[in-house]
Amino acid sequence: MIGLSHYLTLSGLLFALAVAGIFLNRKNVILLLMCIELMLLAVNFNFVILARFLGDTAGQVFVFFILTVAAAESAIGLAILVVLFRSRRSISVRELDSMKG
Amino acid sequence: MSAVNPVFQTPDFAPASAEIVVLAMACVILVADLFIPDRRRWITYGLCMATLALAAAATAFWVPGGTILTFSDTFVSDPLSRLLKLFTYAVVATVFLYSREYLRARDLFKGEYYLLAIFATLGIMVMISAHSMLSLYLGLELMSLSLYAMVAFSRDDPVAAESAMKYFVLGAIASGCFLFGTSMLYGVTGSLDLGEIARAVTVMDELNIHLLFALSFILVGVAFKFGAVPFHMWIPDVYHGAPTPVTLFIGSAAKVASFAMLLRVIVEGLGAVQESWSGMLVVLSVLSMGLGNVVAIAQTNLKRMLAYSTISHVGFILMGVLTGSRAGVESALFYTLAYVIMATAAFGMILLLSRQGFEADELEDFRGLSRRSPWFAGIMLVTMFSMAGVPPFLGFWAKLAVLWAAVDAGMTWLAVTGVIFSVIGAFYYLRVIKLMYFDEPETAGDIVAGAEFRLLLSLNGLLILVLGIFPQGLIALCNQAIAF
Repeated sequence: MIGLSHYLTLSGLLFALAVAGIFLNRKNVILLLMCIELMLLAVNFNFVILARFLGDTAGQVFVFFILTVAAAESAIGLAILVVLFRSRRSISVRELDSMKG
Repeated sequence: MSAVNPVFQTPDFAPASAEIVVLAMACVILVADLFIPDRRRWITYGLCMATLALAAAATAFWVPGGTILTFSDTFVSDPLSRLLKLFTYAVVATVFLYSREYLRARDLFKGEYYLLAIFATLGIMVMISAHSMLSLYLGLELMSLSLYAMVAFSRDDPVAAESAMKYFVLGAIASGCFLFGTSMLYGVTGSLDLGEIARAVTVMDELNIHLLFALSFILVGVAFKFGAVPFHMWIPDVYHGAPTPVTLFIGSAAKVASFAMLLRVIVEGLGAVQESWSGMLVVLSVLSMGLGNVVAIAQTNLKRMLAYSTISHVGFILMGVLTGSRAGVESALFYTLAYVIMATAAFGMILLLSRQGFEADELEDFRGLSRRSPWFAGIMLVTMFSMAGVPPFLGFWAKLAVLWAAVDAGMTWLAVTGVIFSVIGAFYYLRVIKLMYFDEPETAGDIVAGAEFRLLLSLNGLLILVLGIFPQGLIALCNQAIAF
């Protein structure tokens, strides 16, 4: 029988995967954006499951807001990416190191 | 599951009238700005200033007194929120005025800067008045998304683009951690409402592992937004890389929002598990004061130095909050207001000395300032002394209040650590003063700035001195604002 703990473990794993992806990836900024998206989806999964088990709708409503904000967030992230590419001709994470101190 | 009430009740709009005014005006300006030609851009600027004035009038006169919950208890209007909002309007208006000539000289005097700042202000207002994790999250994202775009809005500057990307990625991780913690907290307490959460937490076991898990994640999110060590990586790069008017906004108005977030979630929502979070905050506080003050010594760029100085001041603010007592939170509020006034003056000085094609953001640019302009060297002197915590300036009383609260809570060792680190920190503030007064000027250029900029910056500097000599008024305001 699949219970609450299984679902929570899955969402925890997804979240950990997203964080690991952000810190391990040195190549491509687009991968970072994908990891951020995965992170928010792990949270959404958590909310939906908890709302289901608590029998409360507030958590599911929260998911709609997170989805909307996530869309706005990726739009801004991609816009910054375009600005970055226009000025540097590269989107490598490794090259984001011009400031020191 | 409770039965859904079929009758929709109209919420009480009066407590949120300031937010409604700002939102309506922002939409009007957004459309109006499209039809304004570039040489008439001052109209946008004027409209944004009018928005802030209207919002201040709404907060001062239309919002009823006392503590009122509205919009299904997701929005609260209390003395604290009114004080912080009025303070935010004043700070944002000052930021707008300081930024105008700098932006104009760099061909950045566009509607985007002012509109994004107005939307960020709206986000800050929502965060200040949040009474549910949902409204807090929405306010936080409205502010953060506007700030990411503001950092990148100087489009041809590769350094600004890089710092915007860093800010975006780290900010998104912070939001993700905060949300993950929120979802766990929702699972543990069964509610998103901060009042309900506070009630549910009181009857819970102190060592409930799920609650501690939720608390840690939320605290990571808050510490990221605040810029406390070890979640401070974005602060130096963003302060350094962003255009100075944006740095000014992030360093002043956004700090008020981070503080409001800390108060609403940690102190009000999770106040019952104070013993759990005060230990975590002690670590953040000591690390922030230590790293901020020590690394700032090695900086040659003034914006970067002020970034590390921010980190150390955050350590002091956390020191006040972590006591969990009324006096402690009050002193942290006092410290936040004092810090924001000082930071506005310090970044205002950089904007004052910058000219067309010249950034005055290196320490060397302040060399011999007392020969070029004795008055503004004096203002910078007051600001630096105040940040270092020298009496009789405002920063001294702020530090004293926080240290006093820590001693009262039985954490004398923490207060002693704070004093030691602030003595170390005094070195780099005094170095700026030494450069201004005892070195020969390298650049002979006169200060080109309008009369209103000079006047407001002078008032800002004098405010630090006057509030330092008569701090009772501000302390009394903070005392009235905190009620629990």
